[in-house]
Formats: sequence, structure tokens, C-alpha cells
Amino acid sequence: MSAVGRESEHPHAPRGPARPVLPAPARSRLASAVRDSAVTAALAFGLFLPLIGFETVTNIRNEVTLQTRWPLLFAITAAMGFGRMFYTLTLEPAIRRRALRAAGAPSAWRARAGRLFVPSAIAFIILYPAVVLLLTGASGALKWIDNFGIQILIYVMLGWGLNIVVGLAGLLDLGYVAFYAVGAYSYALLAKTFGLAFWILLPLAGILASFWGILLGFPVLRLRGDYLAIVTLAFGEIIRIVIVNWVDLTNGYAGIGGIPRPTFFGIPFSADDDGFAAVFGLEFSPLHRTIFLYYIILALALLTAYVTVRLRRLPVGRAWEALREDEIACRSLGINTTNTKLTAFAMGAMFAGFAGSFFAARQGFISPESFTFIESATILSIVVLGGMGSQIGVAIAAVVMIGGTEIMRELDFLKDVFGQTFDPTQYRMLLFGFAMVVIMVVRPRGLISTREPSVFLHERKTISAELVKEGRG
Amino acid sequence: MAVAANTLLHVEHLTMRFGGLVAVDDLSFDVNEGEITALIGPNGAGKTTVFNCITGFYHPSEGRLGLRHGDAAVWETLEALTASGARYRSQHGGTLFLLERMPDYLITHRARVARTFQNIRLFPGMTVLENLLVAQHNPLMRASGYTLLGIFGLSSYGAAERAAIEKARAWLDRVGLLDRADDPAGDLPYGAQRRLEIARAMCTDPVLLCLDEPAAGLNPRESAELNELLLSIRADLGTSVLLIEHDMSVVMEISDHVIVLDYGVKIADGPPQAVRNDAKVIAAYLGVADEEEVAEVEAEVG
Repeated sequence: MSAVGRESEHPHAPRGPARPVLPAPARSRLASAVRDSAVTAALAFGLFLPLIGFETVTNIRNEVTLQTRWPLLFAITAAMGFGRMFYTLTLEPAIRRRALRAAGAPSAWRARAGRLFVPSAIAFIILYPAVVLLLTGASGALKWIDNFGIQILIYVMLGWGLNIVVGLAGLLDLGYVAFYAVGAYSYALLAKTFGLAFWILLPLAGILASFWGILLGFPVLRLRGDYLAIVTLAFGEIIRIVIVNWVDLTNGYAGIGGIPRPTFFGIPFSADDDGFAAVFGLEFSPLHRTIFLYYIILALALLTAYVTVRLRRLPVGRAWEALREDEIACRSLGINTTNTKLTAFAMGAMFAGFAGSFFAARQGFISPESFTFIESATILSIVVLGGMGSQIGVAIAAVVMIGGTEIMRELDFLKDVFGQTFDPTQYRMLLFGFAMVVIMVVRPRGLISTREPSVFLHERKTISAELVKEGRG
Repeated sequence: MAVAANTLLHVEHLTMRFGGLVAVDDLSFDVNEGEITALIGPNGAGKTTVFNCITGFYHPSEGRLGLRHGDAAVWETLEALTASGARYRSQHGGTLFLLERMPDYLITHRARVARTFQNIRLFPGMTVLENLLVAQHNPLMRASGYTLLGIFGLSSYGAAERAAIEKARAWLDRVGLLDRADDPAGDLPYGAQRRLEIARAMCTDPVLLCLDEPAAGLNPRESAELNELLLSIRADLGTSVLLIEHDMSVVMEISDHVIVLDYGVKIADGPPQAVRNDAKVIAAYLGVADEEEVAEVEAEVG
């Protein structure tokens, strides 16, 4: 009787993160796990019955027939049921225990590891091309530096740029890719039309993008939360659709090709006599340009990080964060919230413009396909997964998400397991979504959700995520 | 119509309508320089609406709100300023502001009227110190060369920031929060949050401090501390205070001048003792229709 009584209060109690783990008897926990898994299996069965249980197949006489796939359906249902049981019995108590531990002070070891993490990560990133060259040789290095190094760093930079708008100022921007597109097309068109150099066009693209950031900022100043998100989303689509339709200028869907590539301060990366390789007495290799591009985007990304760190300690950065915390209080303290929001939009857009012009210079070809909504969503999910406002978190999230999708292309051994028709890249989005669900369950406010104060009087104390507002426009 | 020399804020015919509802009806009063003025009245009397009009969060439907900095002679230019359509003008060694023409942030920034809120509005995820630095946004913004110079470390921003931190430290000392400077504001107990909000408003260097129910939710000891704090602000800095309050121990003890509102209309205006014995005020607070009934109710209560 006592076991039943306790069981009835145990599984139905609200599952707050800081709730202490009650020493529930093993029997009652098992019973609740069985019940949970039965419910999950029933739900899975109901959901997958039409999706997986039935299949339409066109037979040899071109007739559509309905076939059933009972074994597969039952296998999936069973997997869901046992997965849920595994979760309730092992993972859930572990998460709860961890939440309890996290409430205490972080250990000295963790604090030291945290301090060493950033310098060692930067050192690794600087040495990365050399490491890759040593490990894979010149032929394999191109892929690792270009697909992993440069690609990830572009998204790190975009994530940091959007972090200013979403993480610091708390303005939800779903159309960030528009400024990336403005930067890319600015570089492509100005370089092709006027033959201007990369280093002149890079700041120009940033200025143009921030100009568009301010233009977007004006109409959305009064909007908050969901409305702001929808209007910025629309703005992102408008830019893309203008690019698609203004064929005279942008060449529409066909895109712009033959964009001048960046030179090594005037020396082109070509096999000619006055090319980079010849001038420096090296054997020509496409790797030279790739490594050069890698260091450009690394410098740009570090610039973004540096500027953001400085801005957070300046009054404008504090005003952004204050705006995220409470806009009305900001106005009562004499802060011009209009200007503050516009500078956040302009600053975020500027870094997207830099990244865009770099992207155009690296690819040599751009088309509207590269600037679809899914890009905005990817960048935003990097910021959200990383933890809004946290630069380290955003960088880690970019490495995991972009590196993760790139590494899917490399998993050829899976073909030996699942057969030759298996293409791991097809499952990218599925795993992507799964990873997100896991992170949002385990760490609802992102990988690094705490906030570092910008200034301190006696000692620097990290601020827990529960107190920091997310901002609603 | 002459304005008295020691008048700081001169409110005339202030009316605020929300659709068909008249929240404040033709209200006129003066706030004197260096005094603590209390605005009291039953719930829904329109006190907070008056505050929101003074601090620019609402634009009044009608009325004029004049505020003076410096020499009192500047009041003579009130009619000329009103006719000119300008927001403010400096003349005769002073500056006159027409608050109804200014947006909220400029009222704090230029006219230097600071306010607190009925439901505390701190920045909970920022530290106590950061809260006070955000309040010094405008001078720090100028010192950082509007960000452009500060970002390269080119200006004297470092010195300005140190001065701002010193000022914040002085205020934290004054409100007894110095040892909590690096804690998030959202972690403070309620009474400390109230004090921090006042310190934050004072960091904007106001000539007029508007407090919306500063004693709400405070225990008697905390109320007494609040009284001391407000009196010391007036004594040491000469800042005028306008406060909305229900706690009569605060109102009667520290205010020099009490204005009573009921249904958006001023029903009494004078020193605390006179207002306390005013039959109309008692009637409004007891919720009875006229002054004869007051005697009856008082007799019943004993």
C-alpha cells in the first residue's frame, strides 16, 4: 500500500530542474518507466501507422497498390518504447542529479579549464592548416581547410554577428541572411564592374550591409517579439526575391560567376610568372590561396569577436543588454532606444556584410540559392544552441553544427553497414533536429547560458541564466 | 500669470484622456525646488498617469508642464517659449523646458527628471554595478566618442568609466548595497531592489526625482530607512522629490507639500497637517459621498 501511495505522488509531480531526487523505491520507478514507455509506444504506433505502416507501390502494370510494412512499424514502435524506458530509468535521474550539482559553486578545476580554453582554442585554430598539412598531405589538406576550416569560420563569424542583434540586444532577427547577401552581391558587382580590390570592397560591403540594416531597422523599431521576427523574415525574403528578379543587375537565378578572387596584397594566386608561387619561389598549388583565405576569414572572425568584446564594455553595449532586460527602464534612464536598436542592427549587419563579401571572393560564384531562409535559420540556431550572448558557446555550436553536417559527407563506411544505396547526407536534417531536441532538453538556454558581467567592483561573478532575460524585441 | 520664484515644475491644466475615460482632469499644481512633494489619492485616482505625463511616457491630451533649471527669472519666458513651438530654451541664466513636447528619454537626458516604477524595473540579469552604469549612459557615451573612439581605445573613456564607477560606488555605499555590487540585480531582496532603483535614478543626476510608490512592500524598518534616504538626498544634493505613496507614515513624516487627487481631480493641496485634516480628503479615502458622512463613519469606527 505504501509503495502505491508513494508512486502516485512521484511520477506526476512537476519535473522542475532543481527538484531534489527522492529516494523512490526501485519498484515504483520501474512501474512508472513501464507506464511511460507504454504511452510512448502507443503514441508512436498511432503516429507511424499511416506514415510507415502503409506504403503505396506502383506495380508492374502501373497500378498503385497499398502495401503494409508491419515488421518495420513494430520494430520502430518497440524502439520508441524501449528508448523511453531507457530514458526514464537512466538518463532522467542523471539529468536531475546534474541539475542539483550545477546549483552548487563550480569547481576550481572547471574555472581553470575555462580560463585556458579560449587561448588554447585560438592557438589551435591558428595552427590548424599546418596540422592538417602534416596529417593529410597537400592533396587531402585542401578539403579539410576549405570545407571544414573556412566553412565553419564563416558561420562562426555570422553567428557572432547575429549574436549582437539577438543575444545582446534581444531583437529576434530571422532575416539575417539578407545582409550576408547584400555583402556578397556588393563585392561581386563592384569588383566585376569597377575592378576594385578585395581590401577596398570589404569595408565598403560592410558599410552597405549596415546601411541596409538601418533601413530594415526603421520600420521594425516599434515591433516586438513575434511581429519583429515575421517582418525581419519577410525582409530577408524580399532581398532574395529582388536578387532573383532584377536580372539586369544580378543575373537572376543564373547568378554571378567569374568574381575576382582576392590577391596576396596585389600578387594573384596564379600559375603565371608574376603569381604568388613564382614570386615566392614555391611550386604552384591551389592550396596557397585556400590557406590565405583561411587566415583572412580567421582574422575577420577574430575582429568580430574583439569588437563585440569591446562593445560590451562600452556604454552602447551595456545599453543593448539593458534594452534586452527592460526597454521601459532604459527610456526612463535617458537612453535613446531608437538609436540603440538601430546601432545593434547596423553592427550585426556590418559583420554579415564582411562575411558576405568574403564568401563571394572565396566562391568566385554567387547565386540567390546561397541566401535562402534556411541559412538564416541555421545561423539563428547556432546562436540559440550556443547560448544567446555567449561568444564561446556560439563558436562551439558553429563547429558542431557546420562541422557536423560536413562530416556527414565523410562517413562512407556507413555504406558498408546499410548498403550501397545509403547516403548519410540525406539524414543530415534528421540528425540536426535530433541534436537540437537533445540540447534543448538538457540545456534549454543553450550550451553556455550564463552571462559574464561587463564590469565588476570586487570580484567577477557569473550570472545564472534564470535571471538573464531573453528579450522580446 | 506669474510663476512663484521657487517653483521647479509648473503643471497647468493637465488633462489625460484614454478614449472616453478622463484619467486626469484639468490638474494644476507646482513642485517647489528643494522640497519633497507627495502626490496621494485613492487607487485609480490618476497619480501614475500624472507621473507618466511628467516623464514623457504619455503625451498629455491637454496642458502645459514647465520645468526650470537655474535662475528663476527664466519663468518670465514661459509664454514666449510656448508660442515659439520649441521644446526648451536657455535665457536669463536658466533653461525652461516644456515637458509635454519632449520624448521620454530626452526628459531624463536634457530636462533631468528621473523616475522609478511602481513595479520595480531593474535590469535583473545585469549586476548591481552595471545597473548604475547604464544610468550614466549619456555622459559615458559622450566620453567614448559615441563608441567610435572607445572601440579603438582612443579616448579618455577609461578615465570617464572609472569616474562613473566611483559615482556608482558612492551611491551603493549610500543605499547600503556596496557588498552586493557584483551580484545580479534580480538576486537582491525586494527592499534592496527598491533602494537600488532609487540609486539608479539618482545616477542620472536629476533635478527632480519622481518616485512611484517607493515604500510599497517595505516593512516599517525599511520604510524608516527610505525616509532617511530621501531626506538625505534632499539635504545633501538639493534634489527635489515628487512621490506617489500610500504609506502615510512616509508621506506625513517627510513631505513638505501634499497634493491629493481623486478621480483625476485635485481635491487638496497644502502642507501635510492641513491635508490630513481636510474633510474632502478624509471623505475620498473613506470612500463616502460627502463630508457629513465622514463624521458618521468616524464615530462608528471610534
